[in-house]
Amino acid sequence: MTDETAVLSPSAAAPERAAADGGGRGRPGQVWRSRRYRWDLRWSPYAFVAPFFLFFAAFGLFPLLYTGWAALHQVELTDPDSMTWVGLRNFTRLWDDEFFWNALRNTVTIGLLSTVPQLAIALGVAHLLNYRLRGSAFFRVAVLTPYATSVAAATLVFVLLFGRDYGMINWALSAAGVGPVDWQNGTFASQLAVSTIVIWRWTGYNALIYLAAMQAVPGELYESAALDGASRWQQFLHVTVPSLWPTILFTGVVSTIGATQLFGEPLLFNGGAGATGGSDHQFQTLGLYLYEQGWVNLHLGRASAIAWAMFLLLLLIAGAARLLRGRGDTR
Amino acid sequence: MRAQSPSRARARRTLVTAVASMGAAALLLAGCAQDPETDPKAGPSAGGTGRTTLTVGVFGAFGLQEAGLYDAYMAQNPGVRIEQTSIERNENYYPQLLTHLGTGSGLADIQAVEVNNIAEITATQADKLVDLGKVPGVDKAAYLPWKWAQGTAPAAKGGATVGLGTDIGPQGICYRKDLFEAAGLPSDREAVGALWAGDWGKYLEAGKAYKAKAGDGKAFVDSASGVMAAVTGSSAERFYDAQGKVVYKTNPAVRGAFDLAASFATAGLSAKLQQFTPGWDQGFANGAFATVSCPAWMLGYIQDKAGPSGKDKWDVAQAPKPSNWGGSFLVVPKAGKHAEEAAKLAAWLTAPEQQAKLFEKRGSFPSASAAYTLPAVSGARHEYFGGAPIGEIFSKAAQGVPVTVVGPKDLVIAQNLADIGMLQVDQKGRSAQEGWEAAVKAIDNALDQ
Repeated sequence: MTDETAVLSPSAAAPERAAADGGGRGRPGQVWRSRRYRWDLRWSPYAFVAPFFLFFAAFGLFPLLYTGWAALHQVELTDPDSMTWVGLRNFTRLWDDEFFWNALRNTVTIGLLSTVPQLAIALGVAHLLNYRLRGSAFFRVAVLTPYATSVAAATLVFVLLFGRDYGMINWALSAAGVGPVDWQNGTFASQLAVSTIVIWRWTGYNALIYLAAMQAVPGELYESAALDGASRWQQFLHVTVPSLWPTILFTGVVSTIGATQLFGEPLLFNGGAGATGGSDHQFQTLGLYLYEQGWVNLHLGRASAIAWAMFLLLLLIAGAARLLRGRGDTR
Repeated sequence: MRAQSPSRARARRTLVTAVASMGAAALLLAGCAQDPETDPKAGPSAGGTGRTTLTVGVFGAFGLQEAGLYDAYMAQNPGVRIEQTSIERNENYYPQLLTHLGTGSGLADIQAVEVNNIAEITATQADKLVDLGKVPGVDKAAYLPWKWAQGTAPAAKGGATVGLGTDIGPQGICYRKDLFEAAGLPSDREAVGALWAGDWGKYLEAGKAYKAKAGDGKAFVDSASGVMAAVTGSSAERFYDAQGKVVYKTNPAVRGAFDLAASFATAGLSAKLQQFTPGWDQGFANGAFATVSCPAWMLGYIQDKAGPSGKDKWDVAQAPKPSNWGGSFLVVPKAGKHAEEAAKLAAWLTAPEQQAKLFEKRGSFPSASAAYTLPAVSGARHEYFGGAPIGEIFSKAAQGVPVTVVGPKDLVIAQNLADIGMLQVDQKGRSAQEGWEAAVKAIDNALDQ
């Protein structure tokens, strides 16, 4: 890499050549200068990337490790300085903690309920946006507006829409002859409602990513497919989707990470009650349970253990995605 | 679909435009979306150019600034400038206060503490706070004895009075006159209070009588958990005993309150709402229930939510038993730069005259009993609630409230009893026993370190 940059940068390469030509007769100043250029070439890139790593160490790595350290202690928010070593107890008790398993189960079901439709709809929307449209810029911005809305604002509106007694969705349902649904209390109903908010917010974002990827698909592929008599749907299935496969996988991984950390929507969907995730904990996600343990019950050690469990879970998912991608490449 | 090569450049250009304008849109929206954590009104107070700047940290719309108390103090003390910061919800405010006390940094000179947190503060943080009981001008006799006791640390922790009470939440029963009349019940506030005087069980009976005549359309109470909060608020011992042991599981007062409140749900008297949710607000606006147990601070809330159409329909009567729900304290961290000045200000802010003014302007009921004889309190009437003599009603309730034993985890216990146990009974139709067991399980998990 160093050689390449040296060739690309004539000012750096020239003195070196001069020194070589001189056959050791170069003046000390010249040697010093050439050495400085070499150091510059070698170390400057590190200096340029250093700020990121310094910030990462301070605000990313340190909290991560400290959380891991706290997870091995009994520590309360009322007195964060006094920590009692308990080893892996905070982790082992998670095994018997029905609230933890419940939260994990909810996280998975809400994750599936939101991620799968979200990506499917996004693919469809991107496909439509890729047509030649009048005012396409407008539509592209329009699909992104939900993403730009704050979670708090969006969720509050959805809470009103999903209201049991005076909500617009129940009003429409009863107009259609279906009984009112208690969106907050039903297990499936509440999870579906929370997923709806997630889908609404993130579909446009994924659609734009897909659109960008679609525009990189060579037009010749479509032309030859059309010549072979493939219909639009067949073109979508056999040209677009395979070309987009890495992108789809990427959005899948990102959405999965987002779903694992789902927090704001279920928190605010619960109105005034805080982090319980409904009276039966029916939509308490892992993020919410972590928050409840740490900031409502003030048990920092237990909350840290949940945070690390979530982190390990994400590593597992990332590993699985890697395997999946490896398979995709060889195909 | 055809991704035509000639149009590729154009497509890319539009995409760039799209991304650029979306960025602009995001900026715009971010500008519009108000961060709910911070109160826009909580900026520096106007006036005062002195050398000492005192900061006050509060949650919600605490009212001290809004009632003009800071301005009055700064006018009297030209050397002092007061600034307030506010965090909207106590759930977010309190953990932050704890971390700041733990590190001794980031603290305001005066910090507000909610009554549900005061026991934890006096038990675990007393050594980090100034003993306000010894500040000149603070008169123990001016306060309600139970309020004074709540702000005082246990003898084992030094027994210092680290929290000075601001307001309290003596309860009445707010009711809809028109709905009572329609159901053939008395609607005069004396007669309504007499319906259930002395016994929460009679409140349930009144509800059954109401339902028998009003039919299924209208509920008697807003929520079962509201009833539970009111009933538990009227007993001296609740979740902890005097020795500081958790006793809620075996305390008949708590289980009795739970079962009584659950009967409101099982008898079909509850509108099955959850307090402080949008649905509850809509319930006020739509007249979905006839009564609600209302601490003094809730009157303004009802007025806001029920709107102009509710005027002269709402009234307030005595609760079956004197009961308290809510209220706050001011504490002064020792780590503050101007602890002495801050203690003086805290003492002034919580003095009876200022509490009376806070009641007059904001409806927060004084915790200093010496304020009850001041005309601003004793003569207070609430226009919206049919001119009800609220000063008289709530003073009477306040003086009857027993010296409640408060414990460090009161909030967690109360919250789980309401939002898990009672909500399952009220909204999911579970039995009282099932709801109780679910709440106990959640509380055990929460208290387990």
